[in-house]
Amino acid sequence: MKRFIQICIVIMATSVVPAFAQRGAQGIKEIPYDTVPNFLKLPPNLYMGEGIGVARDSKGHVYTYTRSGATRLFEFDEKGNFVREIAPGSYGMEMAHAVRVDAQDNIWIVDEGTNMVVKFTPDGRPALILGRRPDPFDGLPTAAVFARNTNPPLPYRFDRPTDIAFDAAGNFFISDGYGNSRVAKYDKNGRFLKTTGSFGNGTGQLNTPHSIQTDAKGNVYVADRGNSRIQVYDNDLNLVKSITGIGAPWAVCITPGPHQYLYSSNSSPESNNSVQMATSGEIYKMELDGTILGKFGKGGKMLGEFSTTHAMDCRNENELIIGEITSWRVQKVILKPGAAK
Amino acid sequence: MKRGSFLLLALGALLASSASVFIAQTTVPSIAYDSVDFLKPPANLSIGEVAGVASNSKGQVLVYTRTGTVNVSVGTARTFAHGPSRLLRFDQNGKFVGEIGEGVYALTYAQSVRVDRQDNIWVVDQYSNMVVKFDPEGRVVMTFGRRPETAQSISATTAAAPAAGAGGAGRGAAAGAGAVAPQAGAAGGAPPRGGGEVPAAPAGGARGAAAAAVPARGGAARGLGSQGDSFSRPTDVAWDAAGNIFISDGFGTSSRILKMDKNGRFLKTFGGTGSEPGQLNKPASIAIDAKGDLYVADKGNKRIQVFDGEGTFKAQYTNVGTPSAICISPGAHQYLYSSNSNDPDNLDNGEIYKMELDGKIVGKFGSAGHLVKEFGMVNSLDCQSENTLFVGELTNWRVQKVTLKK
Repeated sequence: MKRFIQICIVIMATSVVPAFAQRGAQGIKEIPYDTVPNFLKLPPNLYMGEGIGVARDSKGHVYTYTRSGATRLFEFDEKGNFVREIAPGSYGMEMAHAVRVDAQDNIWIVDEGTNMVVKFTPDGRPALILGRRPDPFDGLPTAAVFARNTNPPLPYRFDRPTDIAFDAAGNFFISDGYGNSRVAKYDKNGRFLKTTGSFGNGTGQLNTPHSIQTDAKGNVYVADRGNSRIQVYDNDLNLVKSITGIGAPWAVCITPGPHQYLYSSNSSPESNNSVQMATSGEIYKMELDGTILGKFGKGGKMLGEFSTTHAMDCRNENELIIGEITSWRVQKVILKPGAAK
Repeated sequence: MKRGSFLLLALGALLASSASVFIAQTTVPSIAYDSVDFLKPPANLSIGEVAGVASNSKGQVLVYTRTGTVNVSVGTARTFAHGPSRLLRFDQNGKFVGEIGEGVYALTYAQSVRVDRQDNIWVVDQYSNMVVKFDPEGRVVMTFGRRPETAQSISATTAAAPAAGAGGAGRGAAAGAGAVAPQAGAAGGAPPRGGGEVPAAPAGGARGAAAAAVPARGGAARGLGSQGDSFSRPTDVAWDAAGNIFISDGFGTSSRILKMDKNGRFLKTFGGTGSEPGQLNKPASIAIDAKGDLYVADKGNKRIQVFDGEGTFKAQYTNVGTPSAICISPGAHQYLYSSNSNDPDNLDNGEIYKMELDGKIVGKFGSAGHLVKEFGMVNSLDCQSENTLFVGELTNWRVQKVTLKK
């Protein structure tokens, strides 16, 4: 039912702007790319599960927050060699949703199974803990039914949060999420500053804000997946613009450097059904103002194809780390824009 | 002009002096203090919410933490829950020594750990409804209460009482303390929450329904619970000099104190749900002084109550916010410490009071927050000495060692 509604929304969104969609499809150039096979090298008997969160630090080390037998946080070096597991058995880990690394190389996880966001120092110690894991026994007598929270969101409680982003001052923004439909801003010490958004498709509303990034000026980009748009806010969370025409944005990332780019993935439905996967899966490269520069990839199980992209890291403009849900995989993708025909 | 400015000055002086009188009457002195993030677990040991912290005579520190993941296994048409609270021992420098009671049946949802005069280690667990006494080496030597058999029965029998903490009488008692309004009214349509510590009920009131379905334990009225050691989310344990055992019970449907002799035989129960002197509403933490008087953090009533060893009401202190964790220092001149802990939805309050045993406030320190020297939902205090406290925090997953400065 949930998937049916998602499909309906996609159909509605595309049928509302058919001319634009056609122009877009014809006018968008394909960016040639390669993928690095077997990028992550796990020791024997250690397995990736769903590639839910991926992020790199300043040294190029790769962190994956994966739904394996349990939800776990792994670190690999820049060549993909396994380094360590961070915080095994942490009280904040139950159902991975995102990992991001801030400017000081702290590692932040967002967990939709505990409603928690936890900052780990580079040596793996918990340093800031936000949200609170619900009473574990409350989940037992009643089945877990998906429900949106229709009450005003509480400042320090999340309802299946999805992602986190940081500005230059160390403030951070949390997209929250499947239950709540809002973005919340905190200062670097974890004090609540502001919240915006409610469930819906109107101006300023959100339908599953699924991924979040900031640019160098501190503007905030929210992948409003259920509404097939990226909502752009200023640093005080005032809505500035909407970017559309890129399918349903599941994952976004913004490159560093003087000229920043925005990548957004129109990921395939997470069914791992090859027929459904073939209809989407492309990743768009944009200017920060939403101008589409090109796209690459498609849904599928093979290397170089994307099996429901869930997270992207683009610390390097032409070298993306991409985490996929259904192939339990992280790919390193090398873009070759110069080779475009 | 000159006269005008003189008048202004005089008026200003008058205002200033009256203001200072006002401040002198209401402001509690701040106590200077240092603090360190005390625990240094190995990288593969994840500390979660620190529910209990206690030091023993050797200076070791015991930590009872909610960590890891509750696992549910399927048996004969029922599900069984396992773990994940852990009891950990650290040395006087915060270095990890070892785990006690790994896999023990009662360790499900940590609430408190205390160390008695003989260095026995006692844990109080909210969900197994058990209190377990370990000897100093970590062997189980006595158990109190029984863990419900299945996961569902744990949920049902530990259901929190309907939000009694928001009652009118409790509010009245708090009025003089300048304490925060009960959370239930603050969230605007959010489901009511019980005591600040008690996790929120899911929307739809599943927990409320479960509470209604559970008959009062032992048929006793007014939250006096069963006669003996059958608990409803027990919270803390303390002993008098003779070794008599006092257990506060609890965050569920009981609001009472159970007294047993040192051999675990029932002596009496007292308290009961209510806001009158001698009654209790979510007793969260207890401590006993050298004379044998019992101090109860009567959290839902926003007061500390003092009873003698036979359960006779002696006094109440209503000017320290919402007492969530208390301890009494050792030595000839004992002090009472009490934490006005924040609740999980805000970073308000959080200060810890130092008091004379008669309730006179000596001073306070700290406030809610995430940084070191700030506190996140303090659930336990250990008074190692008058000026050295171990502070266990739920939401910061941390133990701070606080040193008060003279």
